[in-house]
Amino acid sequence: MSENATPRPPTESGCPDGFQYMHPVMIKNFGNWDYHEDPEPGVLLHVAKSGDKIWTVRCGTQRILDLFTLRKLCDIADEHADGFIRFTIRSNVEYMVAKEEQVQPLIKAIKDAGFIVGGTRNSVAMISHTQGWLHCDIPGTDASGVVKSMMDELIDEFKEWNMPNRVHITTSCCQINCGGQGDIAINIQHTKPPKINHDLVANVCERPSVVARCPVAAIRPALVNGKPSLEVDEKKCICCGACFPPCPPMQINDAEHSKLAVWIGGNHSNARSKPSFQKLVAAGIPNNPPRWPEATAIVKRILKVYKEDAKDWERINDWVDRIGWPRFFELTKLPFTKFHVDTWRGARKSLNASTHIRF
Amino acid sequence: MVKKYETPMLDVLEEGQWPSFISGIRRLANEHPSEFINNITHSLLGQLEHSYETRKGYWKGGTVSVFGYGGGIIPRFSEVGDAFPASREFHTLRVQPPAGNYYSSAMLRQLADSWEKYGSGLVTFHGQTGNIMFIGTTTDNTQHFFDEINEYGWDLGGAGPCVRTAMSCVGAARCEQSCANEHKIHRLLVNNFMDDMHRPALPYKFKFKVSGCPNDCQNAIERADMAIIGTWRDDMGVDQDAVKAYVESKGRKYIIDNVVNRCPSQALSLNDDDTLEVDNRNCVRCMHCLNVMPKALSPGEDKGITMLIGGKRTLKIGDLMGTVVVPFMKLESDEDYERLVEIAEEAIDFFAENALEHERTGEMIERIGLVNYMEGIGLEIDPNMISNPRESSYVRLDEWDQEAEKWNEAQAEKAAG
Repeated sequence: MSENATPRPPTESGCPDGFQYMHPVMIKNFGNWDYHEDPEPGVLLHVAKSGDKIWTVRCGTQRILDLFTLRKLCDIADEHADGFIRFTIRSNVEYMVAKEEQVQPLIKAIKDAGFIVGGTRNSVAMISHTQGWLHCDIPGTDASGVVKSMMDELIDEFKEWNMPNRVHITTSCCQINCGGQGDIAINIQHTKPPKINHDLVANVCERPSVVARCPVAAIRPALVNGKPSLEVDEKKCICCGACFPPCPPMQINDAEHSKLAVWIGGNHSNARSKPSFQKLVAAGIPNNPPRWPEATAIVKRILKVYKEDAKDWERINDWVDRIGWPRFFELTKLPFTKFHVDTWRGARKSLNASTHIRF
Repeated sequence: MVKKYETPMLDVLEEGQWPSFISGIRRLANEHPSEFINNITHSLLGQLEHSYETRKGYWKGGTVSVFGYGGGIIPRFSEVGDAFPASREFHTLRVQPPAGNYYSSAMLRQLADSWEKYGSGLVTFHGQTGNIMFIGTTTDNTQHFFDEINEYGWDLGGAGPCVRTAMSCVGAARCEQSCANEHKIHRLLVNNFMDDMHRPALPYKFKFKVSGCPNDCQNAIERADMAIIGTWRDDMGVDQDAVKAYVESKGRKYIIDNVVNRCPSQALSLNDDDTLEVDNRNCVRCMHCLNVMPKALSPGEDKGITMLIGGKRTLKIGDLMGTVVVPFMKLESDEDYERLVEIAEEAIDFFAENALEHERTGEMIERIGLVNYMEGIGLEIDPNMISNPRESSYVRLDEWDQEAEKWNEAQAEKAAG
């Protein structure tokens, strides 16, 4: 075909200018906003130094959008929101309007179309995640399904302001953890070493790279059945799955032994304390499609205790810093095991070298 | 004839109040006029059901690219393509969003029309690296779709060992806490490295993220190799009448418990007349009090940015937060912005030359030490880069006198202005 003979060179235009898609009130007041208020859940009101106002209505969606849904979101923008849309980092949709009388009809249109208004201030925000079995090449679970199942049960917490502070939940299908750090993170944790298909390794994997990927040097080159392959020292293996992406014949996912683990206290903000990493609280949770009820039950249990016990403005990490880990395990009735004691580099920094003990 | 599959497990995910991604895919499968879309999405549902039943994924990577680029597409070939042939190839295009993720409905419709011609009809705003993810099409169609949207201003993002798509917050366009022009920083930085994005040749990925204030809504410190965070260095703004109004409406106890006592550096005190005293020299710009009382408190006037380098998630050596490498710099003049880009160029050049294969910047710094890294990219060390000085005495101090002299000279120079 002629188009193959003369391929089109790309225009390397990079990141587009967002100003062309920005509400005129936001362009006019760029860099000159004064304060904001939260008139009701899911709604923000920003007031500029000029006196101009912009109302934002935030709503949750299924994140993986089909074109029907995308066009429905556009219809709402055209009919009720001056044709502007933006997306938050947690894949919520935001509509921005300059007149107060636009707000309630906009909310109604969003709700009528089946989307969920909320996710602002001290709510449980939309769970951040990526694709899972739908599209990823290494997933141990289906983050999209886990999220749908959990949000069905947490929907009222998304719509209301019941929490001491905002709760960011994330979920990830492997230890690369694309969902990121979260107040609560639900992540795959493999519990058995990879199963190796020795017939394929030599053809598929660049063996030295695979050896280099292992965090604990448990992989070494080996001849198996006369073929060059790799072998794993299963006593050293930490089942992290780092070898699987560069070497798909080292299958780490297991229908039975790839479990879910729950981590808490990850916080990106610098507010109050410095940004913090999440800590393991529960593991061995069955990877149980299509609804993952066991994982949801643990998340709800943690949220219930947090809601009852934390003070205003305490994120989950702030709350546990105040009450201490023994109390956390006591209140949530989650088992404390030897696996909660860190063994990785720098682990001694996580031990209690003091007599600071609450009774 | 469209081939359909039984999906009893996925059907369960159509129940419940939260919008269902399965219902959306099924609508494409059953109701969309394009037979290509019907086939590919039915087949996708079939394979996904198979994953739910067996608790395994069945996609494999490969090599797919558009003419002139080496990255930007996530190739997916099905391992069970014989059973689900219509989605045998199901590649994703990563497309860079506008800074701040702003769109008009007209532009979204135009993108939807193009994707309808060439893809599965599934799209996500956005992936965790910040790209628009156009999910699911054939190798041929990746080129056609890219050619079409590239004509009206859209470019592929990063995938593989390269400079990745950047992210920035809602920023100065709507947020009173913004201390920087996130939009300009984002585009200036990333658009300077299009060659490094489109032709992956770095040791591993390199990400920029921009947050306009220390609330860090873009998760930059933890997730970016180079995090740019807006901040200020003069006194914060205090509207004492508004403080009094907060005390009046919320009560003194509430303000003491939730504002004063939550200050991490004990820089706040509530006066007897319900005004707020701020020890600005000891304020660490954490944002908490500004978040609680946005009407009363605001960032100062002398705004700029803090730069941190080296954040990343677990694999391989464990999670790393970014480290401060520039405690404060102004971003006002063209020269200021040029200097910012220059630091980024130094950081990427040094990364390209010194990181091991599949090693992120943070891991490289852990291996070679912050001091060597700072020398490598031509920045001076500063006590703002550490939580505390070294605790270990296992160190050679042969050149202590020269180093102390260097510091004293620099301080004298600063004092002289």
